[in-house]
Amino acid sequence: MLKFLLSRLLTFLPTFFGVTLISFAFIRALPGDPIIVMAGERGITEERHAELVRQFGFDRPIWEQYLDYLWGVMQGDLGQSFVTKKPVWDEFFALFPATLELSVCAMAFAVLLGLPAGVIAAVNRGKFFDRALMSTALVGYSMPIFWWALLLIIVVSGWLQWTPVSGRISLMFFFPQPTGFMLIDSLISGEKGAFASAVQHLILPTVVLGTIPLAVIARQTRSAMLEVLSEDYIRTARAKGLGPFGINGVHALRNALIPVVTVIGLSVGTLLAGAILTETIFSWPGIGKWMVDSIFRRDYPAVQGGLLLIAVIVMIVNLTVDVVYGFINPRIRKG
Amino acid sequence: MALLEIRDLSVEFATAGGTFRAVDGVDVSVDQGELLAIVGESGSGKSVSMLAMMGLLPWTATITAEVMRFDGHDLLGMSARQRRRIIGRDMAMIFQEPMSSLNPCFTAGFQIKEALRLHTDLDRRARHARAVELFEMVGIPDPEARLRAFPHQLSGGMSQRVMIAMALACDPKLLIADEPTTALDVTIQAQILELLTTLQQEQGMALILITHDMGVVAETAERVQVQYAGQKVEEQPAIPLFSTPRHPYTAALLAALPERATERRLPTIPGIVPGQFDRPPGCLFAPRCRFADDRCRSTPPKPASPELGLARCHYPLTHAAEAEA
Repeated sequence: MLKFLLSRLLTFLPTFFGVTLISFAFIRALPGDPIIVMAGERGITEERHAELVRQFGFDRPIWEQYLDYLWGVMQGDLGQSFVTKKPVWDEFFALFPATLELSVCAMAFAVLLGLPAGVIAAVNRGKFFDRALMSTALVGYSMPIFWWALLLIIVVSGWLQWTPVSGRISLMFFFPQPTGFMLIDSLISGEKGAFASAVQHLILPTVVLGTIPLAVIARQTRSAMLEVLSEDYIRTARAKGLGPFGINGVHALRNALIPVVTVIGLSVGTLLAGAILTETIFSWPGIGKWMVDSIFRRDYPAVQGGLLLIAVIVMIVNLTVDVVYGFINPRIRKG
Repeated sequence: MALLEIRDLSVEFATAGGTFRAVDGVDVSVDQGELLAIVGESGSGKSVSMLAMMGLLPWTATITAEVMRFDGHDLLGMSARQRRRIIGRDMAMIFQEPMSSLNPCFTAGFQIKEALRLHTDLDRRARHARAVELFEMVGIPDPEARLRAFPHQLSGGMSQRVMIAMALACDPKLLIADEPTTALDVTIQAQILELLTTLQQEQGMALILITHDMGVVAETAERVQVQYAGQKVEEQPAIPLFSTPRHPYTAALLAALPERATERRLPTIPGIVPGQFDRPPGCLFAPRCRFADDRCRSTPPKPASPELGLARCHYPLTHAAEAEA
């Protein structure tokens, strides 16, 4: 197990350096001068501009700037945001709980609905439920996420007035946030109605962000189940006299989970990408919105650091999936 | 009264090209503690008739029978839920491919204890003890370790022993073994067959052995039923069946045994079992039969008298010399 983890960590290295290089090059390839953007509408004098260029080190050769950045990264220093002058690391992890909370809820939504839906569709293959579910899944998968979000806001928040339009919690509430997770913080704050408000604010973003993973998981579960249900060991399970739950929910699902877990792992990347759009639409103060803002401000350190941290998180999630995979599939479990 | 009695069982599958009759009016009868062999080529409906009785066929199958009775229960009028209480307990089945018949995601122990949990009220510890006992009974060395093993860590022969142990978990009255040795090495085949017949005698259970191997039948069975293209074509006790086969198909199967070959080339039966679209109008075996005439090709034969092995043939073989010819 340790050997497996170490070998996987080694494969991280090229990816890690690749991401630093790409994020460094990508933000500089965008047209626009961060100093001018920072100065805003008032403009900036030639002398002051030249002074700032020297201060930020933009006058040095590009490879020197990259090595400088890399050296900082190796020491755990992602630099300071141009705009807020705060360390990128602190900025990121101040906002990350909001994104994590949203992503976890979206994933839970997708898995808790997608797995049973896929199983039921497979068991009722070709019948009405199966067809209805699979067509819905196709629609969900194909729908542009921003459009779906706007549609939900108009119907659920606008016409029906069931949920708030944006934010993480109602402005009426103010309490300390030791964990950064609104659901937890609102609970321990003891303020009446705070938790309910946090939940209400979460509903729409969760549904929007979880829709594509939900569709993917439902479809993958269905096809994996169909394959597994024709296996010999399912016949054995039936010959034992097991009922539908024992056959489908235990013997078949356990095997069908193997490909589904892979898909869930891959969805995490999609989820973080989707979070950028979802957070922007719902004014959700997470890293997605922060990244978009940073790109518009040409905040080089923030964009580089944000991309790198997101990449590392995705890599860690994938490693976790590989480990989980070993637990689900005894055939690849090795000492 | 027979333990298992099936009369006039037919199974039809709805396929894209119309209905396919896999089993056509088969009778099966087994007494308590008896060993019956069902013999036939691939596609003769041996497995399907047993799967139909266990309720293990997919929903595309339509099952009709005049009588289907097991141990006093009428299997025909039974709901799926009622049937589930019997199968796996009083009536168990093992299959051709032991390696793929065990669920790869669960340990052997989990899979055997599952049957006990379902059909008995033994507690956790008693189930474990019973599982160890069963593994010892089927000759699995080091049962404690094997209970923790996953199927991919077991050999084919070992997997089949686990399957047998699972089937025997609740002391069934009837065990159906569907080609239990086909996927195994020859040396292991003999061991598994011996294990099955020994257990059958020790436990006093009835055993239906489905096979296409006449050699296996010769070594084990008391009574033999020969099936061809979904029909029962002959039924006799084992010894007379081998000495005086009554149906030309049985005779041809016996002649194809390597032990009986007199020439350098092993005799074969030309052609294959008719499928969905090439069923002959008369006797189903007529296209492949050496003795067939126009009557065979146009009129389906009825089973002959019990003295003639109920042979479904217009001209049952009357003496051994003719069969050898």
